[in-house]
Amino acid sequence: MIRVLLPAHLKTLVNQQGEIEIDVEGPVTLRNVLDALEVRFPVLRGTIRDSVTQQRRAYVRFFACEDDLSHQPADTPLPRAVAAGAEPFIIVGAMAGG
Amino acid sequence: MSSVRVLVGTRKGAFILTSDGRRKSWNVQGPLFEGWEIYHVKGSPAEPNRIYASQSTSWFGQLIQRSDDGGASWAPVGNGFAYDGVPGTHQWYDGTPHPWEFARVWHLEPSLGNPDTVLAGVEDAAIFRSSDGGQNWQELSGLRGHATGPFWQPGAGGMCLHTIIVSPKNPERIFVAVSAAGAFRTDDAGVTWRPINHGLHSEGIPDPDAEIGHCVHRIALHPSRPDVFYMQKHWDVMRSNDAGESWSEVSGNLPSDFGFVVDVHAHEPETIYVVPITSDSVHFPPEGKLRVYRSRSGGNEWEPLTKGLPQSHCYVDVLRDAMAVDSLDSCGIYFGTTGGQVYASSDAGDSWEAIVRDLPAVRSVEVQTLA
Repeated sequence: MIRVLLPAHLKTLVNQQGEIEIDVEGPVTLRNVLDALEVRFPVLRGTIRDSVTQQRRAYVRFFACEDDLSHQPADTPLPRAVAAGAEPFIIVGAMAGG
Repeated sequence: MSSVRVLVGTRKGAFILTSDGRRKSWNVQGPLFEGWEIYHVKGSPAEPNRIYASQSTSWFGQLIQRSDDGGASWAPVGNGFAYDGVPGTHQWYDGTPHPWEFARVWHLEPSLGNPDTVLAGVEDAAIFRSSDGGQNWQELSGLRGHATGPFWQPGAGGMCLHTIIVSPKNPERIFVAVSAAGAFRTDDAGVTWRPINHGLHSEGIPDPDAEIGHCVHRIALHPSRPDVFYMQKHWDVMRSNDAGESWSEVSGNLPSDFGFVVDVHAHEPETIYVVPITSDSVHFPPEGKLRVYRSRSGGNEWEPLTKGLPQSHCYVDVLRDAMAVDSLDSCGIYFGTTGGQVYASSDAGDSWEAIVRDLPAVRSVEVQTLA
C-alpha cells in the first residue's frame, strides 16, 4: 500500500480528502505509482503527466522523505519508506501566486 | 414562461446565473470548479441541459466538464487533445520557429443539431471534434496543416483558436478565427481550410494586407443571414457580406475601433454591438467610461449605450468571448468584465444592470434562452 498526497485542486477532482492509499503492482517506481493512481482515478490522466509524452507537467513536482524526486527517471525506485507505506509520496503544484 | 440561463467562465471558476423571462431577479450558482480557470462554458442548442465547460490551470492542464442536467451536476469527460501526426512548428513572437504545444481549450462549440457533437478551439491553434459527448477528441488537422501554418504567430494571449461558427444553413461550412493568424473557412466539414482575410489591414505585420497574420478577436453572425459576418479585429470593426470572401471596415464613428467582443441582436440582423477599448496597449474603455456601442445599420453609424453603466473611473476590459444575447422578444444583451461584473440589458441595450459585481475576472459569457 502506497500513500499519496495530492495537491488541493487534484483532491477536488477525485473527491478525496487527505491522503490516498493505492496498491502498486511490481516495483514501486515513479512510473508505477502514477500508473496505479491514474487507473484508480482516470480523471487524473493528463493532469500530472502529459497524456501523450508521459512527461511530468512543468508546474508539478514530486517530493518524498524530504527529497525532490521531480527529475528522477520514471523507473527509479522510490524510497523504501514510501514503498513500505511509512512515508507519503507527495505530488505538489509548484509554488506560485495567482 | 421562458427563462434565461447565463453561463459565466471566470479566472477562478464558473457561475450560472438564472432568471425568469423578466430578467429582473437573478439566482447565482457557483463558484463551480473553484480555483480553476474556466475559459468557456456553453450549452447545446439541441439539448439545453447538456452543457460543456473548459476547465484548466497551467499547473494541472486541461479538463472538459459536462453536465446533462442544466449545470446541477458535472462530470469530467475526455481531455486527450493530441495533435494529429508530428505537430511541426509555427512562428514565435520573434519570428523564429516554435513547436506547436497544446496549452488549453479556449472555446467549445456544441453542434446545432446533435448534443454529443462538439468542436473545441485550442491553443496552440487547432480545432478538435468530439462525436461522443466529449469523451474522445480528434483533430481536424487540415486547418493546422494548411500551407500557411508554419507562418502563424501568437497574439498577446497566446496562439489561440477562439471563435468557431458552424453555418446555420450548412453544417459542412465552419468558420474559425485564430489570434494572430486570421479567419479561416472550411466547406467540407473540416477536411480542407482556406484563409478568408481579404480586406483586412493590420499594421503589425510586414505586409499589412497579407493573406494571414491578422489578429482577429471575434466574429459574429445572425442565423438568418449566414453569409453576413461582423468582426472585431485587434483594431477595426469589419463586415463581410459574402461569407468572408471579402471584408470592409465599418468602424465609423466609434471612439476607438480596438476591442474584443462583437455580437448581433437576436431579431435584428443589422443591429450589432461592440465595446470599444482604448488601444492595444491600454486595455480599458476610453476616458474610463464603460460604453457599449450599438449600430442599427450593420456598422459605420454607432450610438453609445451608457444607462446603468459606470461613466467614470472604470478601467475594466471585456474579453472576446464575454458577450452574448438571448432570444426573448425583447432581446437581452449580456457581457462580463475583467472586474468581475456581469451586466445585462433586457431592452436591447437601452439600459443596463449588473447581475453580479464581484466575480473573478470574467473570461466568457454565454446565454441560453429556455422555453
